[in-house]
Amino acid sequence: MKEESLWYIFINASLINNFVLAYFLGICPFLGVSGKMETATKMGGAVTFVMLISSMCAYGLHALLTAINAPFLQLISYIVVIASTVQLVEMFIKKMSPALFRALGIFLPLITTNCAILGLALFQTNKGYGFFESFIYALGAGTGFTLALVLMAGLREQLNFAEVPNVVKGTVLTLLIAGILSLSFMGFAGLGSQ
Amino acid sequence: MSNQNKNKENAGFFASLQNSPSTDEFIKGLWRENPVFVQVLGMCPTLAVSNTAENAMAMGLATAFVLLMSNILVSSLRNFVPKQVRIASYILIIATFVTMVDYAIQAISVELHKALGAFISLIVVNCVILGRAEAFASKNTIGKSILDALGMGLGFTFALLCLGSVRELLGNGSIFGLSVFPKSYQEWIVMILPAGGFFTLAVWLLIFNAAKARKATT
Repeated sequence: MKEESLWYIFINASLINNFVLAYFLGICPFLGVSGKMETATKMGGAVTFVMLISSMCAYGLHALLTAINAPFLQLISYIVVIASTVQLVEMFIKKMSPALFRALGIFLPLITTNCAILGLALFQTNKGYGFFESFIYALGAGTGFTLALVLMAGLREQLNFAEVPNVVKGTVLTLLIAGILSLSFMGFAGLGSQ
Repeated sequence: MSNQNKNKENAGFFASLQNSPSTDEFIKGLWRENPVFVQVLGMCPTLAVSNTAENAMAMGLATAFVLLMSNILVSSLRNFVPKQVRIASYILIIATFVTMVDYAIQAISVELHKALGAFISLIVVNCVILGRAEAFASKNTIGKSILDALGMGLGFTFALLCLGSVRELLGNGSIFGLSVFPKSYQEWIVMILPAGGFFTLAVWLLIFNAAKARKATT
């Protein structure tokens, strides 16, 4: 198999196999905090940061667990690392920007149960990425997540001015938009062919 | 597994909760509490593995098992776990059972394990399980928690089956691998693709909303 270039890994994680729109990871915050552009951007930033840290930790943990021959501890140790990183980010944001802390609300601690982050850690282990590759992969995944969130927020802000039947309002409308976004992201599939 | 069986299970659960064993209560309860259609929890596995009815079924049952076991353990430990570290300990409990399920599925059918992929491990971060542990099992007795887990687990499986069978029927012309439509049927490839998941769920939610709105007006 051909060695994947770092650029390809980045494009693959952010556009071709976008974590939200192609893998269905991180749907909860995608539906929950995509109402406003500003919160969406910051949420994307927070998730990307947690992804970077936990991806690096997952690389180290995987090496350690392989060394001591205990692969069944993989899941448990990954989730512990992610939970503590999220705790760290939460304390940091609370200290630096109480307004943002309130805006993100319950979705900040819920980053722990954001499948995109655990999914990223598991995928990079399955693909056997090295340290730099993992880092780029996490960066791509975070960028892709932020991109999807921001696109969605932009569309929803516009739709506030549209007349929508009551039955369709809320989650249904968001899901329909997500479906169309997902269709359009399929156009990026051509990028991966060469 | 027939729908009737599920209905009975759920009816038992909701009846015991509300002390009125009529079927009307059950229907209201199922609608108000269904984890996917009403609470909109656990979206990721719902959308990701519902491309065929079989995958949906396996995923639903695996989740129901983890939900049941973690609810039992969380409920029995509820007086010993300090409040500050409760979420962390719930996640550890859930992760343990998910690891067990992961290895069990791998032992039963390698093919199924491949089809579900990383999503078995991702049961850990399914909000339904943590949500029930925090909202119900940590405050109620073991017996009640078991009933709650059974109802929620079956509700989740039911919702996944709803999505999975529609997507497989339209996208592949079959249900549980058995072809339904004649050969001339043109498959809707889009239903198998990620976009189809979003659309199908949107339509199911739309039906639920419309029915609810109609009920409210009459």
